[in-house]
Amino acid sequence: MNPMQIKIEEARKQGKVGLIPFLPAGFPSREQFWKELEELDAAGAGVIEIGMPFSDPVADGPVVEKASLKCLADGINLAWIFDGLKERKGRFNAALLLMGYLNPVYQYGLDKFGADCEAAGVSGLIIADMPFEESGFVKDAIEPHGVSLVPLVGLNTTRERMALYAENAQGFCYFVSVLGTTGQRESLPAKIKEKLAEAKEVFDIPIALGFGIKHPDQLKQFEGLMDAAVFGSALITHIENGNTSDSFMEPWK
Amino acid sequence: MKKGYFGDFGGQFIPELLMPPLIELEQAMETILPSEEFQTRFAHMLEENVGRPSTITHCPNLSKDLGLDLWLKREDLNHSGAHKINNCLGQGLLAKMMGKEVLLAETGAGMHGVATTVAAAMLDMKAVIYMGATDIVRQAPNVNRMRLMGAEIVSVESGTKTLKDAINEALRRWIADQENTHYCFGTAAGPHPFPTLVRGFQQVISKEARRQFMDRNDGSLPDVVVACVGGGSNAIGMFHHFIPDESVRIVGVEAAGTGEPGCCDSAPLDHGTNGVLHGMVTKLLQTDEGQILPSHSVAPGLDYPGVGPEHAHLQATGRVKYTTINDGQALNAFKALSRREGIIPALESSHAVAYAIENKAELQGRSVLVCLSGRGDKDLGILDQIL
Ligand SMILES: Cc1ncc(COP(=O)(O)O)c(C=O)c1O
Repeated sequence: MNPMQIKIEEARKQGKVGLIPFLPAGFPSREQFWKELEELDAAGAGVIEIGMPFSDPVADGPVVEKASLKCLADGINLAWIFDGLKERKGRFNAALLLMGYLNPVYQYGLDKFGADCEAAGVSGLIIADMPFEESGFVKDAIEPHGVSLVPLVGLNTTRERMALYAENAQGFCYFVSVLGTTGQRESLPAKIKEKLAEAKEVFDIPIALGFGIKHPDQLKQFEGLMDAAVFGSALITHIENGNTSDSFMEPWK
Repeated sequence: MKKGYFGDFGGQFIPELLMPPLIELEQAMETILPSEEFQTRFAHMLEENVGRPSTITHCPNLSKDLGLDLWLKREDLNHSGAHKINNCLGQGLLAKMMGKEVLLAETGAGMHGVATTVAAAMLDMKAVIYMGATDIVRQAPNVNRMRLMGAEIVSVESGTKTLKDAINEALRRWIADQENTHYCFGTAAGPHPFPTLVRGFQQVISKEARRQFMDRNDGSLPDVVVACVGGGSNAIGMFHHFIPDESVRIVGVEAAGTGEPGCCDSAPLDHGTNGVLHGMVTKLLQTDEGQILPSHSVAPGLDYPGVGPEHAHLQATGRVKYTTINDGQALNAFKALSRREGIIPALESSHAVAYAIENKAELQGRSVLVCLSGRGDKDLGILDQIL
């Protein structure tokens, strides 16, 4: 079983929602980033999602985009991410996931990317601009290295398309809560429940809800329909305001 | 071959949340496009509203100056001033028949934004136009025209503040507003099915031009066919019906920016490498690490670090040659065509005209048919500053 799934199931056994914080690599600064990861890990993150900065992040809202562009300006690249993770391999309790866009991964070389994920202890990958139809060559390159491609589905994904993704999916299914980009929302669409229930039926791996998640209270309504929650913009904003990852994680524990 | 590919290029590299509207669009292309209702209405609109067929014009004075036989396909005579209207009326009508109420678009030079706004007004729809903040300043006349015709204009402040970023923002908006909104993509690029859809609406250019040229030249074909390449829609429209004609040399002209070493340009086919952006595998201006580089051209409509996938394929197969013209050479062509023939071309189109001027030695005695993709009224402000 993929480590991401193991971690989420562990949380479930304790009656908890799996916690999946997202931070762009190199945010808020090169040094501080690794401290944030350690804090998130110590505070009970099940999976840590590390953003690979890209110049043109079309699936992201302004908070993530700005943070990613700042990291790019600071010279963050895949080599830096892998070096840092290799140095710290085995130190994280959480499973590690890389999230980004196809082009930087493609330029890096898919085989090298898969091998470096394995060497760095990364067990999952999300490519935001790669639907099922185009994903075969990436899956083929990374799966031999124990890295699973995490599917993204949403409110407008038909049951038939969910089934395509579900066929060989490992780790967890990322359910996008809004028709929109990343970023905090005050309220979430009513249609989520019905679609989450559908996803629960189609996928036999855990379901994580992400995009727009701000506070654990928002999740109560989805009890039983989801297994984990992803939060990015809210965490980034919290850190930008001078707070710690630890204090962000407090209400979620 | 995989769906939506031209050789190794093309595809659908977009977030899953955009797959449903793209699939819906593909289905509409299969059902609505071939219908008699669509075909009749579209043909009628091209004739009555655009003014098609656009003429071809022989340029006696420049031909004499250059020692070649220069012809222009006059897309600048289309209503709203460029080839963009062919595509917008096509997509607009398709969207209307799909039951959509809003046309969303990105624009660089503003010509596509204007054309989308015209289509929306004609079809009783709403136009929402994303435009880079830099382009809003440099193409102010088009911004005014869009406002006058009722478009909502969104100024894009992110990234390079030009066409690339306008596309990013428009894609984001489309993710959120897909129910009633059609993304009226402005060029033969982006995720499948846009490259095919847009080519379908722009191929009317070469369909007409080929026949018109032969009618005027005792049945012979031009020696050379030229068009400028931004995203590549006027070029693919101009090339399409000449591709099987082996005797015809086909040339696509990219923008070399200032032409100084180390300066940004807008020539991914000539200077780029394979990569993935805006839904397609194509040639891109990018770093070794896959970050997209800023582009530059004096012509805002060419200021884009990517290009439509069919062009990358036509380059790979060798059927079409791609080359570059810099800002200065384009300005020179702009002045030459204005003074010698009384035709003020768009700065984008001036790049294509400049090809004939810069290569006159090699083209002696040949017939050269250039796509004059648009007129230059929109550029007078830029020219005031630099001429
Ligand atoms: C007059 C004119 N020509 C050419 C272009 C370049 O676009 P494309 O390569 O899609 O024809 C533009 C784009 O705005 C334009 O306005």
